[in-house]
Amino acid sequence: MDAIILQILNGLDKGSAYALIALGLTLIFGTLGVVNFAHGVLFALGAFCAVAIQGLFSTSFETIDETRTDFLGNPLKVQTPYVEAWFGETMGGVLLDWSVPIAILLAVPVMALVGLAMERGLIKHFYKRPHADQILVTFGLAIVLQQIIKYFFGANPIAVPAPDVFQGSFDFGVMLGFDPFTIMYPYWRIVYFGFALAVIAAIFAFLQFTTFGMVVRAGMADRETVGLLGINIGRRFTIMFAIAAIVAGLAGVMYTPIVAPNYDMGMNFLVLSFVVVVVGGMGSLPGAVLAGFLLGIIESFASMSAVIELIPGINQVIIYLVAIVVLLVRPRGLLGRKGVMED
Amino acid sequence: MLGLNRKDLILFLIVVGLVVFAPFILNPFPEDSGLARFNAGYPDLMQRFVIFGIFAIGFNILFGLTGYLSFGHAAFLGIGSYAGVWMMKLLTVNIVPAIIASIVVAGVFSLVIGFICLRRSGIYFSILTLAFAQMAFALAYSVLTPITAGESGLQLSLNDPRILEAGGGSSIPAANFFGLTMRDGFEWALGGWVFTFNFGYYFCALLMLVAFYVSIRIFRSPFGMMLRAVKSNQQRMNYTGLNPKPYTLAAFVISGMYAGLAGGLMVAVDPLAGADRMFWTASGEVVLMTILGGAGTLIGPVLGAGMIKYFENIFSRLNERDLNALYDFLPDGLQGVAVSVSQMFVGDGWLLTLGLMFMLVVIFLPGGLVEGGQRVSRLFRRRKKTKTDDPEHHPQPSPHVGE
Repeated sequence: MDAIILQILNGLDKGSAYALIALGLTLIFGTLGVVNFAHGVLFALGAFCAVAIQGLFSTSFETIDETRTDFLGNPLKVQTPYVEAWFGETMGGVLLDWSVPIAILLAVPVMALVGLAMERGLIKHFYKRPHADQILVTFGLAIVLQQIIKYFFGANPIAVPAPDVFQGSFDFGVMLGFDPFTIMYPYWRIVYFGFALAVIAAIFAFLQFTTFGMVVRAGMADRETVGLLGINIGRRFTIMFAIAAIVAGLAGVMYTPIVAPNYDMGMNFLVLSFVVVVVGGMGSLPGAVLAGFLLGIIESFASMSAVIELIPGINQVIIYLVAIVVLLVRPRGLLGRKGVMED
Repeated sequence: MLGLNRKDLILFLIVVGLVVFAPFILNPFPEDSGLARFNAGYPDLMQRFVIFGIFAIGFNILFGLTGYLSFGHAAFLGIGSYAGVWMMKLLTVNIVPAIIASIVVAGVFSLVIGFICLRRSGIYFSILTLAFAQMAFALAYSVLTPITAGESGLQLSLNDPRILEAGGGSSIPAANFFGLTMRDGFEWALGGWVFTFNFGYYFCALLMLVAFYVSIRIFRSPFGMMLRAVKSNQQRMNYTGLNPKPYTLAAFVISGMYAGLAGGLMVAVDPLAGADRMFWTASGEVVLMTILGGAGTLIGPVLGAGMIKYFENIFSRLNERDLNALYDFLPDGLQGVAVSVSQMFVGDGWLLTLGLMFMLVVIFLPGGLVEGGQRVSRLFRRRKKTKTDDPEHHPQPSPHVGE
């Protein structure tokens, strides 16, 4: 029992990331009808916003402390981050410690700009082109963005720790009446899960309860009629693209303490997120979220040692197997509407 | 001749000429000149030209004719490679059984995978093929390690059984074709030039010519016509009482077998197979080759494969020193800027160049190099014509897909 709960919990954080990326993909596909192969790289860009903020905050200058010496007897060189010099030692330390949450402030405008530039500069010209062309051009863009990240941040993963407050693990076992230390769950993963839920709720509320969201939903259902009513639906869709980019970026920022970001992380997540979108149902937002969490949990169950002993290698392929079965048995996906992209 | 019409025959003979005289054509610069680094006439690279040419020709039969965009074709190349190495381990280092096994095994796999993936079309097809390829890659790295040797890659070893071979010997025998060793060849020094003739290259080149010939025949056959019908309008095909599925599946299997042949040739010239050959970037590369040259054209994939492999070779070898020499004519400050900007695109940054090239081609030249060439030639032709031609009343026949 405790093992099962542990696996569900383990699946949640990866599932959150899948759900957020898949949500953005679905938003873009539902509004603009474009398949964005560069969406995974947007996730990576968000993650590297956190890396950049951490790098910025830990940029330091060197002073020589004459009063102390190192073990060779030379005067000790002390590295002082600029933030500590400017904001005082405590405040600077706090800034550095909290660089991941602070990175959100950087990620939102950066991702919005990147999203707008992508849509206006590139994807706009591909609405009328076949899906194959859209896939190819965004695939090319993904390679380019990935290489730019690599150029600036190098090929090695860069660890960005969570704030000290969230270090350590929470003992769920005690709370649920099991033995202590049976279900340990890192605090930051709880934060990530909560954050993902908040973002998802915000997106749904935005679409459901605002006039802007209503127009967007109307445009998703029947673009032409909305246009005939004199509403500039294209501009709203562009904004939705930027929002989708921001969602992917936020998912990336907050993911950095869980897995150290690497320049090619986006592509691995992209392939899986596409599978998530397909399983959930192309164009269905609740489907994307549901399938994201579901596949995250299924994947973590498949990684249990008992399961791997039974069927070796299942943890590597389970998601793809699920996707293949879903596509063949129920082509429109779990929550997909009938007739949407069924062939 | 050969069942080809005049135009195709000329095209085929041009390709034959290019392939046969490649060691000369690709070595235009004398050995000791500064431009010698731009030579491409050494065996390893020439082999890659023709092997990836085969891969792209096969991919083009699926993508160019039927319009189904597979994002997992590298899986068949990888599977073919593994099958080839196993034949060389178990039977003999003669490459004939290895290549036959590569084609057959890749064909069987593509039949199964194609049967499942072709239940859907459009993006779903792309994602399904991608999912299968990623699955194959993940399995090759983890559970199937006894068969694939995982990360280290599958290679020959001294105590392989090789049951068709006379035992003994203190070293691993070299891959050969009935005694002709693949890595053998001879050099011919002529003035400042050194031309290398490699047996492995000519063997691959011969098979590539066969593959090219078969693809021309497929393009011009009724079967090829059916594949084009699949691309242009499946619904209409259904209404005329034709089932598009068997045709598409046949195209998928054929292109899978081409990929298998390419994989088999890869191990024939270098008996080693690794899972990274199946990674999705490798699948993306063959898509790019086909698009760059011109999807749906005969010569396009070959051109695309050659160009990408050539530029990959040149760009990834350039380093800071070369760039400094290249920009020497600029004033010092500008030279520094130019060098540091260009450095993004060479060496490890070659992928950036590749991605940009990819985007530019898709955006501006969806028909690839072949279309570009046609546009240029049309530009010249139009000038010669009298201006009385009114396009409104004398519409030009739209160019055929395969031309």
